[in-house]
Amino acid sequence: MELEKHEYDVVVVGAGGAGLRAAIEAHDSGARTAVVCKSLLGKAHTVMAEGGIAAAMANLYPEDNWRVHFRDTMRGGKMLNHWRMAQLHAQEAPDRVRELEDWGALFDRTPDGLISQRDFGGHRYARLAHVGDRTGLELIRTLQQRTVALGIDVYMECTVTRLLTDEDGIIGAFGYWRESGRFVAWQAPSVVLATGGIGKSYKVTSNSWEYTGDGHSLALQAGATLVNMEFVQFHPTGMVWPPSVRGILVTESVRGDGGILKNSAGNRFMFDYIPDFFRKETAETEAEADRWYDDKKNNRRPPELLPRDEVARAINSEVKAGRGTPHGGVYLDIASRRSPEYIRKRLPSMYHQFRELAEVDITAEPMEVGPTCHYVMGGVEVDPDTEAARVPGLYAAGEVAGGMHGSNRLGGNSLSDLLVFGRRAGQAAAEHAHGCAGRIELPDDALAEAGRAALAPFEREGGENPYTVQHDLQQTMHDLVGIIRTAPEMELALERIAALKERVANLSVEGHRQYNPGWHLALDLPHMLIVSECIARAALEREESRGGHTRDDFPGPDPGWGKTNLICSSASDGGVAIGHQPLPQMPAELAEIFEETPS
Amino acid sequence: MTYDAAFRVWRGDAEGGDLRDFTVAVNEGEVVLDVIHRLQATQAGDLAVRWNCKAGKCGSCSAEINGRPRLMCMTRMSTFGEDETVTVTPLRAFPVIRDLVTDVSFNYEKAAQIPAFTPRSREKDGNHRMQQIDVERSQEFRKCIECFLCQDTCHVIRDHEENKASFAGPRFLIRLAELDMHPLDVVDRRDAAQEEFGLGFCNVTKCCSEVCPEGIHLTDNGIIPLKERVVDRKFDPLTWLGAKIGRRPRD
Repeated sequence: MELEKHEYDVVVVGAGGAGLRAAIEAHDSGARTAVVCKSLLGKAHTVMAEGGIAAAMANLYPEDNWRVHFRDTMRGGKMLNHWRMAQLHAQEAPDRVRELEDWGALFDRTPDGLISQRDFGGHRYARLAHVGDRTGLELIRTLQQRTVALGIDVYMECTVTRLLTDEDGIIGAFGYWRESGRFVAWQAPSVVLATGGIGKSYKVTSNSWEYTGDGHSLALQAGATLVNMEFVQFHPTGMVWPPSVRGILVTESVRGDGGILKNSAGNRFMFDYIPDFFRKETAETEAEADRWYDDKKNNRRPPELLPRDEVARAINSEVKAGRGTPHGGVYLDIASRRSPEYIRKRLPSMYHQFRELAEVDITAEPMEVGPTCHYVMGGVEVDPDTEAARVPGLYAAGEVAGGMHGSNRLGGNSLSDLLVFGRRAGQAAAEHAHGCAGRIELPDDALAEAGRAALAPFEREGGENPYTVQHDLQQTMHDLVGIIRTAPEMELALERIAALKERVANLSVEGHRQYNPGWHLALDLPHMLIVSECIARAALEREESRGGHTRDDFPGPDPGWGKTNLICSSASDGGVAIGHQPLPQMPAELAEIFEETPS
Repeated sequence: MTYDAAFRVWRGDAEGGDLRDFTVAVNEGEVVLDVIHRLQATQAGDLAVRWNCKAGKCGSCSAEINGRPRLMCMTRMSTFGEDETVTVTPLRAFPVIRDLVTDVSFNYEKAAQIPAFTPRSREKDGNHRMQQIDVERSQEFRKCIECFLCQDTCHVIRDHEENKASFAGPRFLIRLAELDMHPLDVVDRRDAAQEEFGLGFCNVTKCCSEVCPEGIHLTDNGIIPLKERVVDRKFDPLTWLGAKIGRRPRD
């Protein structure tokens, strides 16, 4: 078998914010580092992030600090977050943002010349460092340029299909060049997974083709565990029309900058959906909500800026009750509330996106929006300080890691998560590699087996087309494991997933190995199925509603479940096993933060 | 509102290829990339195409549509008549890998050659202070999604492979302009712009600005001001004298 081999200390899989930040840190810690990514450098999904990076820098509100950010994050996740991750995240985010400036990032400024910060759902103070509504592009370009300046090796358009392990842990990874279809293997004692999420298993999603759950699945197969997989975030505002753009993200900044949600009767319906959990901190009247934008001391937050799970459920209910727009969404209106100049300045890419794709002028008319699969809270179970998975030498950071966001992620906490935990993972991975004496030769039989598995779809003739199977999986997850869930539907989903697994085992692809998207999809599909099974099994198991997991048959939160994490692991039959694990309890000095009444 | 559209798509590889005809369904509101995906899913499973965000934010799905460099995800089918044949070909300025995918490594090589951003030190309180008006000039260029349509359209390299060694293309000339205007950066890249990256090749025909999907004014706001700054430096007698007598450092 033709095979290209390389040797590194640290191999980072994924070149979004977490992967590049991890690679930079590993490199700076003296490790020989490589980044492997499925797309060209600079195209990772981080580029789609719009609103900003949450960090309690207190540039606009001196009252803000890491304790308030920590509290907001935990409450947004309905207290299921790993407290230690939420703490580290809140404490370290400001430094991670500042260092981006030393690498060339140009954030929007306050009148004093500091980094400006904007309002977002679930955040008590204006906290998101931003560049218009293209913050993700700024983040990825900054990290990309830093990576290039440091001379870190990048394997672009290269897909990892297996992690290689021996009895002591990670020894390397195996994959193929998308361009040529040729195989490549990396010998390395440390691998950092930074592969992002799983949204491509759903029909309506804001996620790109890359989001096939590779990292989740690779980790599981290597013997690591996944936590919180039942929690999938449906972003409340995706485009709903025209059909071909359904699911494309409409940034939360529209609401942070003054936009409101209305139903077809013209009612600002979010006032009808304020949960008791957030009642004390949410405005009761439209007048109070409108005053809040300028005077946060004496007024409470508009209900449009409740955490995403609350807003998504409310929109879903309005549409179900027959109060939706002609295309099955609700109205998001900023045109009647802010000047065209303000809108174009603050939301340039939304203005552009709606004008080009939907022929809607958002400075003159409302947008039609509805929920779209956006983010998976669940991911690889890691040690909070080092991002180490249960397999020695394996690390995970960013969306592919679990625990940080509990049952629901606040907007803006993703970009900061990438930076804080990407850096920590890179550091720990480099340290682990330094401690590994001697290299472990990659066993020929494991490489040959990985190669055979990758080529199998070419060997079969007359099998099914991978695109059809993907479509059926997306429909299944959309219909049966979506925003509102019931036991019978999820049981049916699991039956269908089992049937899809058999179909995937019999796929065939046409053409040859050179840049063949059909083949690439055939190799991604097993990952998508494993991840979908994790989501469905965990969601069936958790008999309560919390954050991004809503059960029609168990509509409320349950205190017992509030102390329990569900852990997915690989079962001996190749399926997914589910276990219960007590939630880590936070120390008293942090628990006190939740006793304080917000001023 | 569904109709059958006539598509001609270039298929082939480095060895050669040709335009293939397809008839494919088009639904209301769709863009060219939707139609290419439908071709993949139903008629040509191995049709090679790059794409990621499908929202005009990542710059992956660049191609030439009826001869014009465009993003497939931002080109609506409603801009063509229902009886019009839509021809999709790979970017001409770069070598073909397969079908609509080209080898854009030229751009990554040029990016790596540009002297890196080098900031002044932070203020005593650990912050950098900059005024909004000062960051906006460079921010315009940082909107660049690296779709490389400007590179594709630039006549200096479009049909002149031989110029690639000495010309970085509009994308990287505005990268140089961005760094030159960056309030924190302390490196002078003007000599490099002229001598290594071929600023002088550009004769400001503004083709790059016309195809930019982000509406960046590459020529007016980036390349022309950079040319002016290079000229200032070259013919500034004080700089020349300062450098000669060693009072003012050249960089």
